[in-house]
Amino acid sequence: MTQNQSLFFQKFGITPNDLQRYLSEALSAGGEYADLYFEYLTSTSISVDEGIVKSASQGISAGCGVRVLAGERTGYAHTDDLAPEKILRAARTAALIARGPGQQPVQAFKETAVHQLYQISSPSADAEIAAKLDLVMRADRAARAYDPRIVQMRGVYADELRQILVIGSDGTFADDIQPMARMSILCIAKNGNTSARGQSGGGGRVGLDYFNSEKTPEYFAAEAARQAIIQLDAREAPAGEMEVVLGPGWPGILLHEAIGHGLEADFNRKGTSAFSGLIGKRVASEKCTVVDNGTLPSRRGSINVDDEGSPTQNTVLIEKGILKGYLSDKLSSKLMGLPDTGNGRRESYEHIPMPRMTNTYMLSGDDAPQDIIRSVKRGVYAVNFGGGQVDITSGKFVFSASEAYMIEGGQVTAPLRNCTLIGNGPDALTKVSMVGNDLQLDEGVGTCGKDGQSVPVGVGIPTIKLDKMTVGGTAS
Amino acid sequence: MPANTETLSSAALDLRKIATDVVSRAMKAGASAADAIVRDETEFSTVVRMREVETLKEAGSRGMGLRVFVGKRMASTYSSDFSREGIERLVGGALELAKLTSEDPSAGLPDESDLGSLPGDLKLYYDDVFSFPPEQRIEYARRAEKAALEADPRIRNSEGGGFDASTGRKVLANSLGFVGEYERSYCSITAVPIAQDENGSMQRDYWYSAARSLARLDSPESIGREAARRTVRRLGARKVPSTKVPIVFDRTVAASILAHVFEAASGDAIYRHSSFLTGKLGEKIAGENITIIDDGTMPGGFGTSPFDGEGVPTRKTVVVENGVLKSYLLNSYTARKLSLQTTGNASRGLAGNPGIGSGNFFLQPGQHSPQQIIAGVQRGFFVTEFLGFGINLVTGDFSRGATGLWIENGELTFPVEEVTVAGNFKEMLKNIAEIGSDLEFRSSTACPTLRIEGMTLAGE
Repeated sequence: MTQNQSLFFQKFGITPNDLQRYLSEALSAGGEYADLYFEYLTSTSISVDEGIVKSASQGISAGCGVRVLAGERTGYAHTDDLAPEKILRAARTAALIARGPGQQPVQAFKETAVHQLYQISSPSADAEIAAKLDLVMRADRAARAYDPRIVQMRGVYADELRQILVIGSDGTFADDIQPMARMSILCIAKNGNTSARGQSGGGGRVGLDYFNSEKTPEYFAAEAARQAIIQLDAREAPAGEMEVVLGPGWPGILLHEAIGHGLEADFNRKGTSAFSGLIGKRVASEKCTVVDNGTLPSRRGSINVDDEGSPTQNTVLIEKGILKGYLSDKLSSKLMGLPDTGNGRRESYEHIPMPRMTNTYMLSGDDAPQDIIRSVKRGVYAVNFGGGQVDITSGKFVFSASEAYMIEGGQVTAPLRNCTLIGNGPDALTKVSMVGNDLQLDEGVGTCGKDGQSVPVGVGIPTIKLDKMTVGGTAS
Repeated sequence: MPANTETLSSAALDLRKIATDVVSRAMKAGASAADAIVRDETEFSTVVRMREVETLKEAGSRGMGLRVFVGKRMASTYSSDFSREGIERLVGGALELAKLTSEDPSAGLPDESDLGSLPGDLKLYYDDVFSFPPEQRIEYARRAEKAALEADPRIRNSEGGGFDASTGRKVLANSLGFVGEYERSYCSITAVPIAQDENGSMQRDYWYSAARSLARLDSPESIGREAARRTVRRLGARKVPSTKVPIVFDRTVAASILAHVFEAASGDAIYRHSSFLTGKLGEKIAGENITIIDDGTMPGGFGTSPFDGEGVPTRKTVVVENGVLKSYLLNSYTARKLSLQTTGNASRGLAGNPGIGSGNFFLQPGQHSPQQIIAGVQRGFFVTEFLGFGINLVTGDFSRGATGLWIENGELTFPVEEVTVAGNFKEMLKNIAEIGSDLEFRSSTACPTLRIEGMTLAGE
C-alpha cells in the first residue's frame, strides 16, 4: 500500500470492498462506466503587503466525486463527507443518468504504473511556516531595494499538497500525491504623476528548496520591479496589422489560446471547434511543431496520472505545420475511437473531468533570436503577457502583453503600454515565418479556465515571428 | 476509529451553533478576537445537448472558515471537515499561524457599533427552485435548446441548453457577539447555439435568464430564440480597417465596463495605490451625466444581503454623482487604512482576509432606447461581446477584443470580429455621450447601453 492509499484507507476507513460496492451502486441503473475520485487537499498561503505579513492562511478540503457514463451522458455527484452512506448516496444519484438494469460488472482493480515527475525530498507543504514567511519577506526587501520609484510591493507564497485516489469500474486504480508551490510578486512604480505595474512569479511541482536555489525570491522581486520601472516610460501601442515577434517562454500562451483549446477532443467530438475536421490538414507553417507534454519533471502543468487515473504523455498536436491529434479524456476517446492521451483533468472532486492541456509548447527551430528581430522593419516585440481568451467556435483569440516594445528598422526601441494582440486560431500559425533556436518554458504561473474550472498549466515557445497580426493599441 | 464516525449528518447540522462554537473555542484558546463563517450549499445543474441529456450534476457542499486575531496579528484557516477533530485542527491551526504574522495596526474586527443586520424580508430565498422533480428541470433545458435549434435553419449545432438551481445558507459569528445568517436561492436557464453559414464557418453566442425564484425566470423558449438571434447575426463576420469611431456597447458588455469602475473604487486597490482613482475623492472623474450607485439592500437583488462579510449591514452608497467621485467601497480594514468609515462592502470567502464585494452596482439609466442611440450614430461599431481581459487599473489602459455589428447611417449593417477596442479608462468615463434607458439586473452589476466617443478600433 502506498502512503497515499493508506491516507484514504486508514484515515477515512475506506476498504477495497467498499470501493467495489460504491462502483456497483453507481452502475446499478445501467451505466457503462463509473469512477470515484477521492481528494484530500491541504493549502497554505502567506502574503506580504506594505512590508508586513498581514495574513497567513491554511486550509483543508476533502471529498469524493462519483461519475457515471452512459453513451454521451454523464451523471455526477459529490460529497465532502467520506462516510460510506454519503458516498453510496452520491453513487445512487450519479447512477440515475442511465435508465435500465445494471449490466456492467466492476473489473478487478489493477494499479496504474505512474511516472515519478515530482523529484523532491519533502513537499513544501510539510516545511515550517517560518521558512515560507522568510521567502515573502526576502522578496519584499529585494523589490524595495531595486529602485526608489517602487512604491508598493505585494508578494504571495502559496503551496498545496493534493492527494488523489482514482478508482474506475474498468479496473483503474491509480493514486498520486501532487505537490505545488508558487511565488507571485506585484510591484507598483511611481514617478511624478505616472504610475505603472509589474508582475512576476513562478514555481512548479517543487519543494521549498527550489526557491533557495533555482529561482529565489530576489529573482522574482527584481523581475517584477524591472517591469514596473520599464512601464513608467511606455508609450501607446500602435493599432492595426503588423509584424509581431514573440519572445521565448511565457508568450507560448499564444499556442494555448490559438490552438490548444481548439484541439481539446470534447469540442471536436461535438463539432463546435474551429479545428473540427482539420486532422491531417495544414494549420501552421512547416517550421511549427507543437506538443502537449504532461511528463516534464517538476513542471506546473505536469502530473503523474491525470484525474481519471490515466498516465500523462507527450502528445504531438502539430508536426511541421500539419495537425496531428487531439487532447483526449476517457469519454471522448471512447466515443471518437481515439487514444486516451491522459488529458482528463478537473479542478477538484466537485468537478466533472474533461480534456485539458498540461504543458503546451513549440519546439525550437533554426533561427537566431537576434536575426529574427533584425528582420523586422516595423513591428511589435512582445515578451511578457497577462491573460488571454479564445472563442473556440469562431477561432478568434486575444492575449494581452504586459511587456512589449516597438521594433523599428530591426532594432528594439520604445516600451509599449496597452498592447493586446488578436488573431484567428486556425490561421495564426500559418503566418509564422521564423522560429528561434531558443525554446523556453514559462516560470510556472499559468492557470487555465474552462467551463468554470481552473487547472494549473505550463506553456513554452522559442522566439518566433508572425508576419501579420492585429495589434490592439490606440496609436496610429 | 475512523474520524468520520463523529461527523454530523448534513440535515442535523446546526450551522449557527457550529459558528458560535468555533468562535468561542478560538477565544478560549487565546485569541483576542475572532470571527467564523459557515456555509452549506446545494446545487443542481443539467445540460441538454442536441436534444439529449449530456450532464446531470447534483451535490451538496459545506465549509467553514475561521479568522483569529492575537493582538494585532491575524491568521485564518478553513476546512470542509466538520468532525470534532476537524474543528480542533481549524482552531489550533489558526492560533499557531497568528504567532507568525506581523503586527498590523489596522487589523481587527469592525467596531461593535457598526455591526448589525438589515431587518425585514429581503426576498432572497424561494424554495420553488427545487420544487420540480429533476425530470422537469431537464425539460427546462431541453425546451431552451429546442427553441434555439428551431429558430433558424442555420442553427446546426449547439453547446446545449442548461438549467441550474442552487440554494445556500451562510452564518457569520464573531467574538463581539454578532451572529447573523441568511439563505439565498438562485436558478438560471441558458442556451448556447452554434450557427453555420454556407462556407462552413461557425459562430456561437448565448442568452440566459437568472432569478432567485423559478417563477421569475423568462420562458425557456424566449431564451432559446434570443440566443439564436444573437448567434445568427454574427455569421459572415469580418475584420474592418483600424479607425476611430463612436462605439456603442450593448448592456451585456457595458456591465463589464462598469465592473472596472467597481474594481477601481474598491478600498483594497485604493490604499495600495493600484487604482487610477486613488486620491480622487471629491474630484470629477466622469461626465456630468454619470451617476453610479452601489446598493446592497434592494429586495431580491443578486447583490443583496442583510449584512456584509464582516457583519456590517449593507447599505446604499452613491459612488459617483454627476461625474464626481463621492465614495470608495470599503470594508472595515480598508476604511481604517484610509481614515474613512466602512461602507458595508466586505466580502468573505472561507479563506483569508475579507476583500471588497459589490452590492447591486449600477449606472443610472438615461432617456434613450438602445435603438435610438444606434440611430444617432453615422458610422460606428456596436459591441456585443468582449474577448480577453485587457485593463490595467493602475494606468487606466483599456484594450479588449470585441465582436459586434457595424453601424452605418444609424443602422446595424454587417457583423464584425477579430478587432479590438482601446482607450484610456479615465478618458472613456468622461466621453460617455449617451446612456440608454435599458437598465436591467441580470447579475449584481448592471449598466444600460452606452455610447463612448474617442476610442480606437484596431483591425486590418
